[in-house]
Amino acid sequence: MRRYSAFAIAREAARFHTGWERAWRSPEPKKKYDVIIVGAGGHGLATAFYLGKNFGITNVAIIEKGWLGGGNTGRNTTIIRSNYLQDPSAALYEKARSLYETMSQDLNYNVMFSPRGVIMLAQTEHEVRGYQRTAHANALQGVPTEFIGPERVKELVPIINLNGPRYPVLGGLWQARGGTGRHDAVAWGYARACSDMGMDIIQKCEVTGVRQEAGKVTGVDTTKGPIDCDKLGLVVAGNSGDLANMAGFRLPMESVALQALVSEPIKPCMDVVVMANTVHGYMSQSDKGEMVIGGGTDGFNNYTQRGSFHHVEETVRALVETFPMVSRLKMLRQWGGIVDVTGDRSPVIGKTPLGNCFINAGWGTGGFKAIPGGGWATAELIAKGEPGPLSAEFGMERFIEGRFIDESVAAGVAH
Amino acid sequence: MLILECPYCGVKGEETEFHAGGEAHLKRFGPGSEDADFETYLFMRENPKGVHLERWRHANGCGKWFHAARCTMTLEVFGSYSAQTFEPPKEIKDKISAKRPGWSWRNFS
Ligand SMILES: Cc1cc2nc3c(=O)[nH]c(=O)nc-3n(C[C@H](O)[C@H](O)[C@H](O)COP(=O)(O)OP(=O)(O)OC[C@H]3O[C@@H](n4cnc5c(N)ncnc54)[C@H](O)[C@@H]3O)c2cc1C
Ligand SMILES: [Zn+2]
Repeated sequence: MRRYSAFAIAREAARFHTGWERAWRSPEPKKKYDVIIVGAGGHGLATAFYLGKNFGITNVAIIEKGWLGGGNTGRNTTIIRSNYLQDPSAALYEKARSLYETMSQDLNYNVMFSPRGVIMLAQTEHEVRGYQRTAHANALQGVPTEFIGPERVKELVPIINLNGPRYPVLGGLWQARGGTGRHDAVAWGYARACSDMGMDIIQKCEVTGVRQEAGKVTGVDTTKGPIDCDKLGLVVAGNSGDLANMAGFRLPMESVALQALVSEPIKPCMDVVVMANTVHGYMSQSDKGEMVIGGGTDGFNNYTQRGSFHHVEETVRALVETFPMVSRLKMLRQWGGIVDVTGDRSPVIGKTPLGNCFINAGWGTGGFKAIPGGGWATAELIAKGEPGPLSAEFGMERFIEGRFIDESVAAGVAH
Repeated sequence: MLILECPYCGVKGEETEFHAGGEAHLKRFGPGSEDADFETYLFMRENPKGVHLERWRHANGCGKWFHAARCTMTLEVFGSYSAQTFEPPKEIKDKISAKRPGWSWRNFS
C-alpha cells in the first residue's frame, strides 16, 4: 500500500493523478478463512483490523451484502462522545474516543476527527440533576466533562435561544474532547488497512445462512456460495435479528428505523455539537456548512431504512424552539438507518449460544462513536474466545442475571 | 406511511393515531419462575425481517388494545384482530400464507 502524504499529492499532481492505487482489493471469496466477519460497517471492519493488528490474525474475510460503510456507518450523524453514566460504558466509549484522536495517523487516512466539543442541554430540573450526576461519575471514571451554566452555553452557542417558552436552557453537560468525524472515511480507512494486511473484503455478497455442526459454527452460505470458517463474527447492526434467526437463536434487541436530515449549506454559525434531549433534537454543522440534524426512532420495529414522516416535523419543531434561525433553513435530504435497540440501551459484545460464533450488536442509535473501541473489544473476544476487560460486562448473559448497563439517560436522544 | 384499522371501532388511521405496544403473544412468566424464562419473556424478541405479530393501542381513538400482523420490510398490514386471543384468526393466517409462503411464528404458522 502506497502511503498518503503531502508528497504523494504533489507527485500525483505532477502526473495528472494517474498513479493513485485502488484503496482496497475486491477479491472473490476463498473456500475457507480463519475468521469471517459478517457486515462491513465500522464495527465489522474495525474488528477485522484489530484482529490483524493486535493478534496477527489476517486470514480474515469481511462479507458485506451491499457496499462497505453503506449501513448505519454511512448514515449516522457522526457524534463522538464518551460522557456515559455507568463504568463499563465509560471505559468502552472513552477507549473508542481516545482511539479516534490518533485514528487518521494510525490508518494513514484522514477521518477528519474534529474534537469541537459536545453539549447536552439540561432543560428541566431533572436533567440538571441527571447531568450533574453524570459529570461526577465521569470525574471518577477519568473522563473529563463538566456541568456548565446557561451563560457558558450561550458563549459556546451564540445562535441558541436560552429562554424557550416551554423549556428554558438551565445548563448543560459539556465534553470538550467530544466532537464529530467523517463517517465514510472511518469505514474506508479501516477497509484500506484491512485489505493491506491481506484480508478479503467481499462486497455485494449477502450471508443467507449460518452452517453449523455439533453446536459449532462451520461457515456461512452466501449469494456467492458457501464459505467455511473456524470462527464467525456477526456485526450487522439492524440486521442482527435476521442473522440470529439464521444461526438459530434469539437476541435481546429489536430493530427500528432512525432518521437524520441535513439542511442547505450555510456560513459557519455553530462550531460545537448541541444535543437537546428534552425537546428531542440535536444539531451540528458539517465542514460543508450543512446543518446535520438527528431525528427520532420509529415506535414500531421495521427494516424500511426510511422512517416515519411525522418524525421530521417533530424534530424540526424541537430545533426551531432551540435555534430560531432553523425556521429559515431549507432541508436538503432526509434518510434512515435500521438500528438495533436493546432493553438497557447498551450494546452486546459477547459469545452466542452457537459455538465459535460471536456477536457485536445492539449499538442502537449511538454506535458510531464506539467503532474503534467496539472493534478492539470484539477482536479480543474472537481471538481469545473469551471476553477481555473492555467487553466483560457486555455479554448478553446480563439480561438473565439482571446485570443491566442502564444507559437510557445517556442515550436519551437518538444520536 | 403505516395505515392501521382498529378492529374494535373499525376506524382506519395513520400511525400517529395509534401507539405501538411491541411483540404480541409473548408467554408471560411471573414471580418464582426460572431466570431464563423471565429473560425470554422480558427481553428476547423475534425481531423478524418479515411477518411480525404485534400489539397496538388505538390511543387517539377508542383507546382499546388490539393485535396486528404486519410485514416489517414493506409495512404491509395483513390484518388486525382482537386482543383477547393467543394467535391470529385463521383468515389472517391464510392471508399471510398467501403473501408470504412458508412464514412461521414460534410454534404456529
Ligand atoms: C440516522 C442515524 C444517526 C446516527 N447518529 C449517530 C451519532 O451521531 N453518533 C453515534 O455514535 N452513532 C450514531 N448512529 C448509530 C451508528 O450509526 C451505528 O451504531 C453504527 O454505525 C453501527 O455500526 P455497525 O458497523 O455495527 O453497523 P452498520 O454500519 O450498519 O454495518 C452493518 C453492515 O452489515 C451488513 N449486513 C447486514 N446483513 C447482512 C447479511 N445478511 N450479509 C452480509 N452483510 C450484511 C449491512 O449491509 C451493513 O453494511 C446513528 C444511526 C443512524 C441510523
Ligand atoms: Zn378503535
